[in-house]
Amino acid sequence: MNAILSKWRAGKGTFLLLSGVVACIAAAFATGGADEPGFAGLVGAVFAGLAGGIVGTAASSRRHWPVPAFSLLFDFLLALVLLWLVRSALPGSVGPLPGLPFWFFTVAAWLFAWSVVNRMSVFAAQGWLKSALGLAIPALFGLTVLFLWEAVTRGFGIPFVLLPPPSAIGARFAASIPLLWADFNQTVLKAVLFGFVVGSGAGFLVALLADRYAFLANGLLPIGNLVSALPIIGIAPVMVIWFGFDWQSKAAVVIVMTFFPMLVNALAGLSASGAMERDLMRTYASNHWQALFKLRLPAALPFVFNALKINSTLALIGAIVAEFFGTPIVGMGFRISTEVGRMNLDMVWAEIALAAIVGSLFYGAIALLERAATFWHPSYR
Amino acid sequence: MPSSPAPCITASALSLTFATNDGPVHALKDVNLDISKGEFVSFIGPSGCGKTTFLRVIADLERATGGTIVVNGMTPHQAREKRAYGYVFQAPALLPWRTIEKNVALPLEIMGVGAAERTERIARTLALVNLKGFEKKYPWQLSGGMQQRASIARALSFDADLLLMDEPFGALDEIVRDHLNEQLLQLWARTQKTICFVTHSIPEAVYLSTRIVVMSPRPGRVIDVIESDLPRERPLDIRETPEFLRIAHRVREGLRAGHSYDD
Repeated sequence: MNAILSKWRAGKGTFLLLSGVVACIAAAFATGGADEPGFAGLVGAVFAGLAGGIVGTAASSRRHWPVPAFSLLFDFLLALVLLWLVRSALPGSVGPLPGLPFWFFTVAAWLFAWSVVNRMSVFAAQGWLKSALGLAIPALFGLTVLFLWEAVTRGFGIPFVLLPPPSAIGARFAASIPLLWADFNQTVLKAVLFGFVVGSGAGFLVALLADRYAFLANGLLPIGNLVSALPIIGIAPVMVIWFGFDWQSKAAVVIVMTFFPMLVNALAGLSASGAMERDLMRTYASNHWQALFKLRLPAALPFVFNALKINSTLALIGAIVAEFFGTPIVGMGFRISTEVGRMNLDMVWAEIALAAIVGSLFYGAIALLERAATFWHPSYR
Repeated sequence: MPSSPAPCITASALSLTFATNDGPVHALKDVNLDISKGEFVSFIGPSGCGKTTFLRVIADLERATGGTIVVNGMTPHQAREKRAYGYVFQAPALLPWRTIEKNVALPLEIMGVGAAERTERIARTLALVNLKGFEKKYPWQLSGGMQQRASIARALSFDADLLLMDEPFGALDEIVRDHLNEQLLQLWARTQKTICFVTHSIPEAVYLSTRIVVMSPRPGRVIDVIESDLPRERPLDIRETPEFLRIAHRVREGLRAGHSYDD
């Protein structure tokens, strides 16, 4: 008990102690609520788990591998089990709303998961353990958020149209894979990728030209600012009229949206190399292209990747929003606008989830490339 | 040792005026100077005296606005096009995405030297600056002194017989600087290059040079040229000898005389 009290003072075991207290209160309530399914087992599991957690925390105070690492692993798995147990105690969509004990268990499980995340993020790990932690921390954090979302939406009986529980969204997602794939194919593989590659590529090439010929930079940049200030909902209908209903008009919107961020960033990047380095190239009597390829383009890479990352999100937004303005009966934007009209909010959320996954993967892939290409930059080395 | 001094750099009545918003700035005014092949000439003076500008005029990084300057019998522009000199800047200016050997290879790539000869020259110049074994390191993995040595290797790699150095050791601590000065002298003895060396350190100028050019600011001009009679073989403790101190004293006198105290 002394150990726990000192932890309390140190602020480390706060969550653990709190979750223990809340679980005790929950247990006191639960003795009268044994008619709710699975509750007896839940009470037992919560107590066993918390006991293990407290032992683990006490052991981890010494901070030596492997004991704290194993106790952390144990607590991590325990947190997953607890979240799952409390979640499975939720009534079905037609049953009565859960009572007070359920909410105490929810809070206890949440606090416990919080304490585990807290301890994982201050844990000094190296090597593979560090990368494993880097995955485990956001995983547990995200699962806890989903758990609370599920508990609140189903526990309080929130109307489906307002906010469906994540389990319903997941079920809809799993059941509509072919449909989602068709939408993904139409919106991402055609409009987004084509528009992103052409828009960013053209922006980059024009930046090279504008860097060589000053009149281009002076004339193009003000127009560029004007075009990039155009609202997408203004140009999307125009593009549909110009390029038709299919993905080409969406790709055109994406091109317009991604061209200028790349142009502006690449131009800035091309002047990012230092005066001394450029003097150095001059002392070698290097020509324009040698200086470009050996000095100024590598120095511009951080800027170019910055533009690519900006463009990856812009492209997805552009393609989805452009589909609101006339499209064949496939595509992520089309699906969202149609299913909202039919009050099928779980399908809308499934598309939102798909867009989030695709956007993150897209961004992540570019970030990985950036790391490999600009390993020398002070922010990475 | 060059017994019949062939001229390497000849400046006569050289002037350079920068037009600024506050009116013209006379960076160089009426500079006359001859530098022979194989000499080690130091330029010393307070900041703004035009010593770096003079070096940049030789390198065709600035254009003189008056007078004439001849480098290796050519205009500075022709000399630069012929890659007649290696230039070492105040900072190493190594490209961080290239390893040390790739950095040394940079001028060779630009000048179109073949791969086999590149390898050979990289090995030779890195050995010359005692950087063997660091070929695969990136610049940011080395200390400041090692980085500056790598940049000297880069300037030496294409075998120009003129080496222009603009306060190359200015940012380094005194112990490293002593060490590099010693190495630079050995390198000069081995390679027989002509070296123009800008510094603001009196001991450094006296220790290294066969000739010391004392300059003064506003307008930038030469106020004294001191021939050093120190032997070519110079251990570091030569700096304690009376001859050394006598030359250092004369440099200091020159700097004092040229300094305008009215500002």
